[in-house]
Amino acid sequence: MYLYPLWIRLWHFVNAILIMILIITGAAMQFADADHPLLTAGFAGSARLHDVAAIILTISYIAFVAGNIVTGNSKYYRISKKNLFSGTGKQLKYFLYGMFRKEKQPFPVTMDNKFNPLEKVSYNLIMYIIMPLLILSGIIMLFQDLKVIIVFGTGLFIFTDILHIILGFLVSVFLIIHVYCCTIGPKPGSLFRGLISGYQESEEQ
Amino acid sequence: MRYLSFSLPLLILNFFPSASYAFEKNEAFLQDTILFVSPYKEDNELCFKCHAEKKYEYMNETSGKQVKAAMHPGDILSRDKFYASNHKGFSCTDCHSSQFQSFPHPEELKKEPHFNCLDCHGGDAASAVFKFEEIDREFRKSVHFRLEEQGFNCWECHDPHSYRLSFRNSKDMKETVLYDNSICLGCHADYDRFKQFSDRGKIKLSKAHKWLPHQSIHFESVRCIECHTKVNENILVPHYVMPEEAAVRDCRKCHTGNADTMTSLLTIKPTDKGNRKFDNTVIINGLNIIGANRNKYLDNIILIFFAGIMTIIGVHILFRVIRK
Ligand code: HEM
Repeated sequence: MYLYPLWIRLWHFVNAILIMILIITGAAMQFADADHPLLTAGFAGSARLHDVAAIILTISYIAFVAGNIVTGNSKYYRISKKNLFSGTGKQLKYFLYGMFRKEKQPFPVTMDNKFNPLEKVSYNLIMYIIMPLLILSGIIMLFQDLKVIIVFGTGLFIFTDILHIILGFLVSVFLIIHVYCCTIGPKPGSLFRGLISGYQESEEQ
Repeated sequence: MRYLSFSLPLLILNFFPSASYAFEKNEAFLQDTILFVSPYKEDNELCFKCHAEKKYEYMNETSGKQVKAAMHPGDILSRDKFYASNHKGFSCTDCHSSQFQSFPHPEELKKEPHFNCLDCHGGDAASAVFKFEEIDREFRKSVHFRLEEQGFNCWECHDPHSYRLSFRNSKDMKETVLYDNSICLGCHADYDRFKQFSDRGKIKLSKAHKWLPHQSIHFESVRCIECHTKVNENILVPHYVMPEEAAVRDCRKCHTGNADTMTSLLTIKPTDKGNRKFDNTVIINGLNIIGANRNKYLDNIILIFFAGIMTIIGVHILFRVIRK
């Protein structure tokens, strides 16, 4: 099944690299500690790299949204309200014990249904709520001296600063769970190979 | 949910206390400056008439001629600045000889010794908080003291005709930063003035600070002295300006949650009001310092959450291996 067109694979590759750079540099700044020998990494360098990666990420994010609208990939992200809870529940149960009892995937991957309900929810959350807010809060901090931003006073920065940290943390959490869940396929490496070749191996193989 | 809809706006509002940053003292200070009328206004005017202008003109009574000339730039003063300064209540002749009232000024007065700060403020009870003697000791260690022979003294930074305390009176931290930095830039960004004291080549500040990310934001929000002086806890403002190589280049000095390692600007506590139990007083000072707003609870929640997820994943992997 050809599920991942080239543009998604390219976007995803760039996105993953940037996010990892952002997490590492972000954490280096967040947990910097003058008294801790392990946490003495170059702060100024991290700050610069974080800025550059963030700007490229913003562009790639816009490309992702535009690409989804243009190519119709967005149809995979549509959640039906009716089955939202029962669907995610089923999937969760599968991950928690179903898969250990060798049960079948409740939502097998098909050309019309690339994501299981849990993926749908998490991809929507990350791409359409967390990422835009994260980018916005980052922009506010990057352009601190813009007039429109100054009007709101220092409170805005403190608010966005903390918001940014929380959201960045949520992205890190997503990343860990996401990568781990991607090892749950026909074989642990199947989904990763799929995202490289574009073709998803089917369950039966 | 009800609780959340009630507490969430409160939580958010908690971050916008800008109005309460106003140091009460500031209002009084401003009011004082606006309403201030010097008892020596008329006497002082005899001096300002010429010394507040680029060109001066007077009748030389011995020669009977009208004299017109350009005022030496170093002798031009500003009325506005003087009457807003800490010395606004003085008469010119409190510090300068009353013989200056004759024109042209007698030649020998040009060599009139000037007071220095300690002449009045040394041992002065009213300014004891500033510890002028300690400031003097620190200044003597500073790189600027090397220029003493070239005529560098306290006045190069604290012009007695215009200097005003800004730090503790300011409502807006950025205004204070601007004021204080303009003192340094008076020489360090004005090569003509700089040349009077030093024969070093021109230093391009933006180039010298190239390593510093977000240069313009730093220059607007941090005083030069925060990184270029050695903190002395006994005095309010450090005066030991260190050699260039010794300047702080460690971002963590400010960008961590540890107020103790912070420079003097950040450890000032203008008021305890509105303390929101963050790691330090930065927020109260109306500055936002990324990293310094760190909240220990948040850090801990993040770390615990991470540990939790890793454990769940670990257990999941274990089951996958067992059940294979
Ligand atoms: C090392 C990092 C990463 C790896 C190895 C990885 C791996 C994968 C794999 C194997 C898939 C295909 C499985 C599927 O269709 O559900 C996928 C899809 C996806 N990943 Fe990642 N991922 C990484 C980082 C990220 C990050 C940081 C984000 C977002 C912030 C992200 C967002 C997505 C999205 C939205 C999809 C669905 C794309 C589509 O087909 O429309 N990934 N990822």
